[in-house]
Amino acid sequence: MNVVVCVKQIPDPAAPGSLDPSTHNLVRGGKLILDDSDSYGVEMGLQLAEQAGGGEVTLVSMAPAGETSGLRTALAMGAAKAILVSDDTLAGSDALSTAKVLAKAIERAQPDLVLAATESTDGYTGTLPVQLAELLGMPSITFAKKVLISDGTVRVERQTEAGYDDVECPLPAVVTVTSGVVEPRYPSFKGIMAAKSKPLEQLAVSDLGLTSDAVGAAGARQEVTGVSAAADRQAGEKVVDEGDAHEHIVRFIEQLKLA
Amino acid sequence: MPIEKIWVLAEHADGGPSSTTLELLTEARSMGTTVEAVAWGPATSELAGTFGDYGASTVYDVGDIGDALPGVSVAAAAAALITSGNAPDVFLLPATFDGRDIAGRLSARLDIPVLTNVVGLAVDGDTVLSQHANFGGTQVATARFTGGRPWLFVVRPKTFAAEPAGSGPAQVQAAAVPSDLGALNTAKVLERHVEERTGPKLDEAAVVVAGGRGIGSADDFAMVEELAKLLNGAAGATRAIVDAGWVPFSYQVGQTGKTVKPTLYIACGISGATQHLVGMKDAKSIVAINKDQDAPIFSISDLGIVGDVHQVVPKLIEALKARG
Repeated sequence: MNVVVCVKQIPDPAAPGSLDPSTHNLVRGGKLILDDSDSYGVEMGLQLAEQAGGGEVTLVSMAPAGETSGLRTALAMGAAKAILVSDDTLAGSDALSTAKVLAKAIERAQPDLVLAATESTDGYTGTLPVQLAELLGMPSITFAKKVLISDGTVRVERQTEAGYDDVECPLPAVVTVTSGVVEPRYPSFKGIMAAKSKPLEQLAVSDLGLTSDAVGAAGARQEVTGVSAAADRQAGEKVVDEGDAHEHIVRFIEQLKLA
Repeated sequence: MPIEKIWVLAEHADGGPSSTTLELLTEARSMGTTVEAVAWGPATSELAGTFGDYGASTVYDVGDIGDALPGVSVAAAAAALITSGNAPDVFLLPATFDGRDIAGRLSARLDIPVLTNVVGLAVDGDTVLSQHANFGGTQVATARFTGGRPWLFVVRPKTFAAEPAGSGPAQVQAAAVPSDLGALNTAKVLERHVEERTGPKLDEAAVVVAGGRGIGSADDFAMVEELAKLLNGAAGATRAIVDAGWVPFSYQVGQTGKTVKPTLYIACGISGATQHLVGMKDAKSIVAINKDQDAPIFSISDLGIVGDVHQVVPKLIEALKARG
């Protein structure tokens, strides 16, 4: 049971990001970290490989400037190895061109299962995993809140507008997992030490047989034409509760004249 | 080349269209001269009148896809229409579970990019400008496609108001799912589970009372439910407490959950992560109760109560009950 987990290394969401007003690119400061949304996929991959009694988890990521700190975190959790695609020509990639890059990298690992988050914390386009599945020629099940593998089949509880569906498909397949689907383990000290020597293959666009016009800003075929601050919603009255704050709320509700 | 033909992915269930479908049809009318819907399901033709009323002249009916997931089959049917010379200039899809799957599949199948999380659209000559709320809605980016059409936009619910056009029924035209999908289309739905909820629907309620980590425990969510019920509203939740298993996903408000625009939103023990704000910041009025006076939720609240939800909410419930 070989599992590929797609992981994204992102700027720390605790330090809110922004788009540069002149270049319209994401302003990145400081080290990138493992997207919290992806820690669930990593944990799920590790558990499924353990349950299958063999196989390993390979991480696949695309990041600028050979960034590996987020990958090291996932390796410390227990992933066996990582493939990182890093290339200057990838700057400005959209979801589809990123999917093209990841698909080529994933093909090298020949996985039984590809896991990804439903969406990244910083970009949240949420289309990349399905684009990836289409490019890999695989079925996909998105929004999994439970994943079981048996006899070459993956069975998923998939969230829907109304509740959830039990969905099944043969492997290999792409599955996206929601946050909270499993409890991600904390890397142990031993794991952190071991992660330093785990294989981390770094590839350029040319290694994947892709041309630079299919990826990056050229492949995106879209542009940001402007960035502006959203209309600020004004903060209103603020009351420190001294035992009677509920009365303020009652008065507030009354003046709304709810039907 | 002017923008003429607009397609809308039209979702429907239980004999009625989704509210986002009607919003997108309404917007499509103002963007182009011809509006057409793409829909699936055994009962699509019964909605030809409704889709027509909101401006669709034609509905391409993919038909009953049985136990298949819509992502692959509907995208493949739409792609077949597009490559057979029937391409629209613009295709609007809702940011729903299936809408995102269909957009992603179609994008990769036709090798055309997709713009997601759209919160505004404007036709500007021969181009379309789309607006995207970034970083929890603190910044708005404007984007456009620079390549060939059709242009795919995935639009967030409640971005536009729905208004009927009063036009006649749409003409129903069958759109077949290609038979050569092979492994792609092997995912099958075995069983569908409906999580029953009482009271108004979360994304339609005039009042939403939502709870976050600050309410303390799954048991304490009962006060959120009680307050919502007293105000004839719906109870909502942050991703944090859905992830923690306190309430089902159907309660989630935010980027990955429901987008709500109620008259009144009461945030109980919610700090205001960007993930959450993007789903509720357009509420007409916001009341927040939080212990931390620096919680980001207060910066968008019309009334902010710095206090313990376990003190304030029970007293509020008693006061509202006494008021009758």
